[in-house]
Amino acid sequence: MPKLPIYLDYSATTPVDPRVADKMIPYLTEKFGNPASRSHPFGWEAEKAVEEARGEVARLVNADPREIIWTSGATESDNLALKGAAHFLSGKGRHLITVKTEHKAVLDTCRELERQGFQVTYLDVMENGLIDLGRFEQALRPDTTVVSVMMVNNEIGVIQPIAEIGEICRSRGIVFHVDAAQATGKTPIDLQELKVDLMAFSAHKTCGPKGIGALYVRRKPRCRIEPQMHGGGHERGLRSGTLPTHQIVGMGEAFRIAREEMASENEHIRRLRDRLLHGLSDIEAVEVNGDMERRVPHNLNLSFAYVEGESLIMAIKDVAVSSGSACTSASLEPSYVLRALGRSDELAHSSIRFTIGRFTTEEEIDYTVDLLHRRIDKLRELSPLWEMVKEGVDLNTVQWAAH
Amino acid sequence: MFAPTYLDHNATAPLDARVLEAMLPYLRSRFGNPSSRHEYGRHARRAIDAARSQVAAVVGAHPTEVVFTGGGSEANNLFLKGAAACLRPGVVAISAIEHPSVREPARQLAARGWRLREIGVDPLGRVDADAFEQALAGARLVSVMLANNETGVIQHTGALAERARALRVPLHSDAVQALGRIPVDFRALGVSALSLSSHKIGGPQGAGALVLDKRIELAPLIAGGGQERGLRSGTENVAALVGFGLACELAVDALAQEAPRLRELRERIERGLASLGARVFGAGAERLPNTVFFALPGIDGETLVAQLDRAGFACASGSACSSASPEPSHALLAMGVAADVARGALRVSLGRGNDARDVERFLAALADTAARLKGMLAVSA
Repeated sequence: MPKLPIYLDYSATTPVDPRVADKMIPYLTEKFGNPASRSHPFGWEAEKAVEEARGEVARLVNADPREIIWTSGATESDNLALKGAAHFLSGKGRHLITVKTEHKAVLDTCRELERQGFQVTYLDVMENGLIDLGRFEQALRPDTTVVSVMMVNNEIGVIQPIAEIGEICRSRGIVFHVDAAQATGKTPIDLQELKVDLMAFSAHKTCGPKGIGALYVRRKPRCRIEPQMHGGGHERGLRSGTLPTHQIVGMGEAFRIAREEMASENEHIRRLRDRLLHGLSDIEAVEVNGDMERRVPHNLNLSFAYVEGESLIMAIKDVAVSSGSACTSASLEPSYVLRALGRSDELAHSSIRFTIGRFTTEEEIDYTVDLLHRRIDKLRELSPLWEMVKEGVDLNTVQWAAH
Repeated sequence: MFAPTYLDHNATAPLDARVLEAMLPYLRSRFGNPSSRHEYGRHARRAIDAARSQVAAVVGAHPTEVVFTGGGSEANNLFLKGAAACLRPGVVAISAIEHPSVREPARQLAARGWRLREIGVDPLGRVDADAFEQALAGARLVSVMLANNETGVIQHTGALAERARALRVPLHSDAVQALGRIPVDFRALGVSALSLSSHKIGGPQGAGALVLDKRIELAPLIAGGGQERGLRSGTENVAALVGFGLACELAVDALAQEAPRLRELRERIERGLASLGARVFGAGAERLPNTVFFALPGIDGETLVAQLDRAGFACASGSACSSASPEPSHALLAMGVAADVARGALRVSLGRGNDARDVERFLAALADTAARLKGMLAVSA
């Protein structure tokens, strides 16, 4: 019997790898200096650790350490990238393009830019969750300055065609920002190859600590942004504020482990994901949301028709999963990502995101499969809709009485 | 390992061991995202709520008035830019001795149609009440720090807030250096907002708060996700916030004992400094009990800091943020200190780990270093 509750919500946040925690602790105890202190060894030691970690982050994505700026997390990175680039280029144009299935950190920032007088196009996605490159090109305008497309979607795990979008943006001199919070350690990222100008990273989605992230800012060709946090001039003036050394050290270690272990870990995770999918595939009326090929192995997003998602989550509370992203899980609105795939409200409401990670075991997957079978059977037994479906009634032809 | 004596607590302070213990579960098994609704998430949410209550309690605020941020600099940015975004451009007034994380955002506002007005200080580093009142005329925002990071000089914030309220100008106070060193009470001070930081009081780096009167309208700096009542999005740094909450409680609990103890140590340093002919900046003003900012005649501060480092004492020539720049302290210049004297400045800031022995050894090393440097001066002259 596995330890309960089983954690299958790795896209909300991940456990800190014990190796990461061990590396952080000395910087919470004897090595507590402020990396900006230039006059004593406490400061030098902290600064050295910060620079080593910067090197590790750069190495995972094949960038130059000087292109990495520390932030408090991917949300801040997305804000800094989009506002920073849009404002810097506002003399040239005031149009941005993003996608309807982006994370709130991008969408809310775009809304804010709209209130400031920028125009934003929110691209639709295809039924598989990927953007249509033809439509993307049609949306480009002469005054488009910034494009923002996430690498891996947080709800359905699909991988957008970043390389192709990058080529198009570069050929037109448009700044390309990529939210890679859900991509690091899950899919290779090579910034020497990808024509990406800005990229947001988070530590806590990659078995690192919360409260730390980074923004990649390309040097060649140089991408320029306006800082959003002002003060002591840390991070070459791009982001002021005392650097949290222990968290930075943790992010560096998490990204080192991701680089060294991604290949073997992904195999393990793909095996578990396939086992989960296979185990559930004999349940009737189950659909996978999002493309199964262009997808990270960590994610399985399923709709269980005729089962209300919230009831299902309550019924399987020994398994920690979510019906959407953590940021929006307080709201009872159906997932806007699934809606963008063309899913009905009902089906979006019946969806569960399973996200698997480094510490997931086969035993946990088997337990989950068994539990879901039992609970879904039970919930469907109680469902009048399911009864009608089983009796052969086409629900689309039913006239519902309002009351 | 050779461990120098740490006398730079205003730059950052060592983490309290009890704080580390409280944080560790959140770096291990309690790793949930507070926005998740399963047990992992709910536990994290409860931990943050508890931390928020701790922070609120030590500054006499209501938990709903505490907005967690990534640190003091972000809290300062959030107040100035966030409040300004909800107002028509007008005058923003700040004291001449503010931390860069207040000064730079105010300068940014000046680039966006605001007028920046600087409020002068007297030779002891205190904001002049009349100058304050004049600066407030027509101002929409004003910010005066509670205690200066370099001199430790404490402002008469309560009296300033009373005047600001009379003129209906929201007063923000950067209390980063004051928290845990003197009593800080949001209600009693009567300010509209306070900035706090975790790592100056024995908490971890990477956490801070803006304590905010809810009548002040604020736009967020970081959008997306809607955490902190929409005022600061991004997954909460649970471990650091738990540490911050406990650090607040521990620092304020210890205040009654620590403040007189540190004051006594500092007074011992100041007696030693007097015998070396040092000039202590802001000496006649009310100051933080742990801070002394001084200059020895004819000795460069950077040189002195480097020599003391070699002798095993970690101190600073000014704030850590500007420690890469050779410019003299702008706080000292604002106090009317001549640039060449200001270049000699050295800051000693004490903390829980320091004792009388540290102080005696420091004074001996300082006297020795000063004598050597003066000897070198005499030779080169």
